[in-house]
Amino acid sequence: MPLLEISRLKKSFVSPEGGRHDVVNVEAFSLAERAQNALSGESGSGKTTFLHLIAGILKPDSGTIRIGDREMSALSESGRDRLRATTIGYIFQTFNLLQGYTCLENVLLGMSFGPGVDRVFAQALLERVGLGNRLKHYPRQLSTGQQQRVAVARALANRPRLVLADEPTGNLDHKNASAAITLIQEACKEYGAALLLVSHDREVLGRFESTRTLEEINRASAPEPAA
Amino acid sequence: MNLLHVVWKSLRQHLLSTVVTALSIALAGGLLMSVWAVKEQSQATFTGVNAGFDAVLGARSSKLQLVLNAIFHLEASPGNLAWSDYLDIKNNPNVQLAVPIAVGDNYLGYRLVGTLSEMFDQVEYAPGRHYRLTPGGEFFDPQRREAVVGSFVAQKLHLRRGDKFHPYHGLIYDEKNQHSETYVVVGVLEPSNTPADRVIWIPLAGIQRMTGHDPNAATDVSAVLVKLKGGSGGIGFQMDMMYNKQGNRLTFAWPIAQVMAELFDKIGWFDKILTLVSYLVALVATGSILASIYNSMNERRREIAILRALGARRRTIFGAVLLEAAVISAIGMIISFAVYGAIMGGAAGVIRTQTGVVLDVFQFNPVMLWAPAALIALGALAGIVPAIKAYRTDVAEYLVPIS
Repeated sequence: MPLLEISRLKKSFVSPEGGRHDVVNVEAFSLAERAQNALSGESGSGKTTFLHLIAGILKPDSGTIRIGDREMSALSESGRDRLRATTIGYIFQTFNLLQGYTCLENVLLGMSFGPGVDRVFAQALLERVGLGNRLKHYPRQLSTGQQQRVAVARALANRPRLVLADEPTGNLDHKNASAAITLIQEACKEYGAALLLVSHDREVLGRFESTRTLEEINRASAPEPAA
Repeated sequence: MNLLHVVWKSLRQHLLSTVVTALSIALAGGLLMSVWAVKEQSQATFTGVNAGFDAVLGARSSKLQLVLNAIFHLEASPGNLAWSDYLDIKNNPNVQLAVPIAVGDNYLGYRLVGTLSEMFDQVEYAPGRHYRLTPGGEFFDPQRREAVVGSFVAQKLHLRRGDKFHPYHGLIYDEKNQHSETYVVVGVLEPSNTPADRVIWIPLAGIQRMTGHDPNAATDVSAVLVKLKGGSGGIGFQMDMMYNKQGNRLTFAWPIAQVMAELFDKIGWFDKILTLVSYLVALVATGSILASIYNSMNERRREIAILRALGARRRTIFGAVLLEAAVISAIGMIISFAVYGAIMGGAAGVIRTQTGVVLDVFQFNPVMLWAPAALIALGALAGIVPAIKAYRTDVAEYLVPIS
């Protein structure tokens, strides 16, 4: 049984013109336990919305999202929050670290809404991403590459079964991007989490054995067929 | 890392507005508590001050004027009584003690009160407490121009045993009205925390026979302080009838506590205004909590979205904002006790200077419990509006940085 199983997922938004605009229309998608898949997609292809739906940040209009034995799409908002906190780690393009919190506090904060705060594990994670000597540094005192590493540590804080990464290298230079992908892939393997990454960077996509384009699975972002 | 930690971080991140709003709460809380405490304590203290007497007999006037003049040494004397009036009440079988006083002179603005030795020999200004002198002092000889100085006057005018002074005519100091008589300080009273601390005591005859005073009134007195036998209400009532209803020449102010209570009834409107003002200040202060958190909500929405993305529930965010508002109030209320101490200290100083009555700044009052509880609750209530805004934050929309 796959870890993530999506069926007939649809999400639309109200467009400025007044009508509804389909953003996600996925017939079927799945991801095995501990697997690492990448999705390629250009801006506006609905990739962030797709990840938000999987994470339970957004509720689909229809369809099902199953994570393990839980159906995310059937849960109430607070149920989705709970499932997200315990099962899913999220790595953002813009890192989304809280600026008033140190590296360690950012990771601890990631734990505080999940199963529980484990200070030793939080420190171990930061040591794993190479920031053992930066525990009390604030995000503004770190380089962008280091900030992304804190975000990786935070995403793994609750020992998630699934890590979602939304353009995680979008704000990094070439060298840091390559190091970040290596770190994310290795860390997910070490901690037993499956990884679903979306990016439009060919080099990043090239690091994955299994890569699909979002247009393949998302009918809403597919080009209109020629008449 | 718990909710309180998240709230503490937020307070530190918005340190300036936290400090300003906490200070406004501190001001409101301190004002509310001190207005309340001054009102209650002064009422209790003033109605409890009777200098050891049950009543005051004086010329026909208001009872309040008599009590203020004879017990609190405030206001002008409404007029004089004949010596025979003093003897009449002194010899009344229902009267335990009657002590005459005469006023009309001052020294550098502090009132001279002429009286008899009984004031020091027999009067207990509070149960079991007689007026006592500081070491080395003695009470005046009724036949000599000697003075016993109240502790507050001695401190203010630096008067010590052996010092000499010339009294001035009238109750208000005017350097042109100096009397020629010279008085010698023979004793200084220990602080009694009563109006007696604010006057200079001299022999009754000294006031009566001061140069320039009407020789025809040389045996008159300004008032007679009366202690009834057994403190019986029945006796007081009888004498009240005799002097106030049947007679029309004198006024018998009894019981003193009730006369003072009537004064507080009369100025009750002033208390109400002060209390209303402090309620309004409290309302404005809690409004400032609402405004400061609400205004910072736009910049906080991304943080809220991040917290939500990490798994924080809407009600957790709602609770965090409420808690933040309550914590600001709580910090303010801790500081408010310093504000309370400062206002009470100032008020107590003014009241002591003006009346000799001492308020206890540190005396417990229930307002010290309910005012902080009310203001913290009000603060939390003020957090509801920004908390709703936080509750409604759209996670997906605000996860993206606002450019």
